[in-house]
Amino acid sequence: MKPTNTLNAIALVVALGFTSCGKQTGTSQAERTANAVASYVAPGEKDEYYLFYSGGHSGQVYVAGIPSLRHITTIPVFAPYPGTGYGFDDESKKMLGDFTWGDVHHPALSQTNSKYDGRWLFVNDNANNRIARIDLHDFKTHQILGPIPNSIGNHGSSFITENSEYILCATRFSVPLPKGRVADPKDYEKEFNGMVSGIKVDPKTGEMRVGWQILTPPFDWDLGSTGKGPSSGWAFWTSYNTEMAHDTLEVNSTQKDRDLAAVVNWRAAENAVAEGKAEMMDGVPIIDPAKVPGVLYFVPIGKSPHGMDVDPTGKWIVAGGKLQPATTVLNFEKVQAAINNKTFEGESRGVPILKYEAVVEGEVPVGLGPLHTQYDGKGNAYTSMFIDSCIVKWKLPPWTDAEKKDLTKVVLDKVPTHFSTGHLVVAGSDTAHPYGKWCVAMNKLSAGRHINVGPSQPESSQLIDITGEKMKMIAESYTEPEPHFAQILKVTDVQPTEVYPKDENKDPNAVWEKAQSGVTRNGNQVDAKVMAIRSRYNPDRIDAQVGDELTVHVTNVEQTRDMIHGFGLIEHNINMVIDPGETKTFHIKLTKPGVFPFYCTNFCSALHQEMQGYLVVWKPGEGPSGASGAVGGTK
Amino acid sequence: MNTIVAQRSNAFSTASIRTTTMAGRVSGLLRREFRFLHKPLNVWSRLLLLAAAVTIGASLFFPLWKMHLVAPQYSDGLDLYIFPYQIQGGGLNGQHLNEINNLNHYIGMKPLLAADFMEMRWMPFVFGLIILMTLRSVVFGEMSNVVDLFAVYSYFGLFSIGSFWYRLYEYGHSLDPHAPVHIKPFTPMLIGVKQIANFREYSFPQAGAYLLCVSVLLIVLAGWFSRKETFA
Repeated sequence: MKPTNTLNAIALVVALGFTSCGKQTGTSQAERTANAVASYVAPGEKDEYYLFYSGGHSGQVYVAGIPSLRHITTIPVFAPYPGTGYGFDDESKKMLGDFTWGDVHHPALSQTNSKYDGRWLFVNDNANNRIARIDLHDFKTHQILGPIPNSIGNHGSSFITENSEYILCATRFSVPLPKGRVADPKDYEKEFNGMVSGIKVDPKTGEMRVGWQILTPPFDWDLGSTGKGPSSGWAFWTSYNTEMAHDTLEVNSTQKDRDLAAVVNWRAAENAVAEGKAEMMDGVPIIDPAKVPGVLYFVPIGKSPHGMDVDPTGKWIVAGGKLQPATTVLNFEKVQAAINNKTFEGESRGVPILKYEAVVEGEVPVGLGPLHTQYDGKGNAYTSMFIDSCIVKWKLPPWTDAEKKDLTKVVLDKVPTHFSTGHLVVAGSDTAHPYGKWCVAMNKLSAGRHINVGPSQPESSQLIDITGEKMKMIAESYTEPEPHFAQILKVTDVQPTEVYPKDENKDPNAVWEKAQSGVTRNGNQVDAKVMAIRSRYNPDRIDAQVGDELTVHVTNVEQTRDMIHGFGLIEHNINMVIDPGETKTFHIKLTKPGVFPFYCTNFCSALHQEMQGYLVVWKPGEGPSGASGAVGGTK
Repeated sequence: MNTIVAQRSNAFSTASIRTTTMAGRVSGLLRREFRFLHKPLNVWSRLLLLAAAVTIGASLFFPLWKMHLVAPQYSDGLDLYIFPYQIQGGGLNGQHLNEINNLNHYIGMKPLLAADFMEMRWMPFVFGLIILMTLRSVVFGEMSNVVDLFAVYSYFGLFSIGSFWYRLYEYGHSLDPHAPVHIKPFTPMLIGVKQIANFREYSFPQAGAYLLCVSVLLIVLAGWFSRKETFA
């Protein structure tokens, strides 16, 4: 197979404006009605699927319904979100650490036997090298791991293994390691390194820890996926910048027609660490692939590719060529044969490079700017075209001889998208048994399709019916910034709780009865245990004085769904939102005297407006004995 | 048997014997009643009574009554189940009872607390007593046992329904005048459907009550089937 030539690349650069697969043809009234019905979820009825989409640099995860595409809720992850009080109580504040934003890219649902098990959703933070776990038991963030040592630019994650053993991550950036070491970027090739990380997931609790890492050359690892079936135990990433450029990457990293993709045997990496073949760096066992053969291989992929997606059978791996008008299909059986027979075309830093012709099944001419590929489990692939602005449906191998000769024959259908689709998701594509049925195109540009909202323009997502031979554009919506991939989960595959049962609340500061609530003082520590119930706080007065350390624990004793109470403290930047059966705590140092009302911020009842109280902060030496004495509150 | 039938027909059906004295009539009636009360129960009646005892026992495992409250915000409804020995809320961990109390505090209604329902402490004993009386009828097999049982059971049943209604009246009429929301005192429905503010109340007997009704029927049938029995 001929590598993509520079002509193509030039053609692409010219085409980097907005070209389109074709004009959107006007739809007939009958089609409009049919499409409306297909995505319509009547008031009181429910969607069939969850769409969990990453919010990019908004730092959050958003949940929409399919087929309605309605935004249903926001799950705050890497940024404070006063709407649910996230980032204001001690626990979520501690999780966020010093960061108030993240760049969420690729969500991954936990799997058991290559099937979504409805337990957790993992998301990565490209900006601050973190991974977060959302429990689907309550749709909340329960752990943020990181910054991950020796890892910079956690873009190539979160890719989960088929039994949720690991979240696998690869770095988009490279720096001198360990972090904190300084070297001149001019010495990029010599001094800088990238990393593949295996984040171990506790099979019972979902708790994550850094398991091991594999040192890589400073290529910019992009997107990846994990193996299953025949490719079980393996993982794959594309890279750009095999050139190892450190400046003007736009030009200097796009010189080669092919970049090296990584083929990682994560089982071998795990074993190598167990056998003591790793060296410690910043507390993490690091495998040098030059010293531990069998862990890492490279394979050339054209050109500056983006997605590298394993199909549901685990046999085909498709890389999106971004700057070449084709997707590259690897045959994993051939990959394995090439490894066994040492069919290498060279090596890079002691890592064998598999011979391209030996492992590739074909280059499918899908169009301009193929980025990311998804599967319906029926032998079809769907690739997003960033430059062409469309989604292309094509047939996976095995191909007939006639098809092999002319691979345009396996391209089955194209549907225009609006505009410049980055990622796309087909329901359950990364499992062994996709749901199929729906595809959501996540478009990077909406370019004026919406009512005019000024220069800050939203991203759009479009719902495509993939049940027929031809794809059908059904609906579009404006998804929160900025989706970089999504997961679709059938509603019946998860059973979240709607209240926290009283007997499962293990917070030692929870108060369930008026008699247990109150304010106590110990030196300059003032501790308030507050009970929130429609439509009052007990106590609703807290007395303290300037200089005190005030800790407030609020228990929402309601056990009724949607009976949520807030605790907003005026002029203190505090807003906790406490769900039924939950206890939350905040801590502040009191620095200014005054009387500060606190009130319920989350509408609860007809007397919600009346649900309020006072924090009285006396000047030292003033106020009733209670303020500086034993008890500073009334019940 | 023939004598009794003859006497009855003499006393009530035959115009020609109207000349009998008042005292004679009364003593005749008592004698007949006395004889009736001492009638033996046949095997069918005893089996029916045994079934009645089992039915009463079984009823303890089912709610007697259910109040179902539906409002726009509570589309699935809030349930209150009344057992002979407790009040139980529907939902997870009986949460609906707390919810009803929580809502009721807005109109100043006293919370429904187990401690306030004294009758629920002795009700199971009454059920035990009635079961014992039923078994007594099975063992001693005399019509008087059935009559005793029926009398006590009826009294207990009517008293319970009356007491239940009084409870409903009390709760609906002892509203705290300082409550945030003032509403006209009311009596929740005992049986049927009623709109109370935004709630629609559905109040109906449940399996326990139906079992008790069946047991009453079984007791009546037991008496009926042995009404013509003669002494051995």
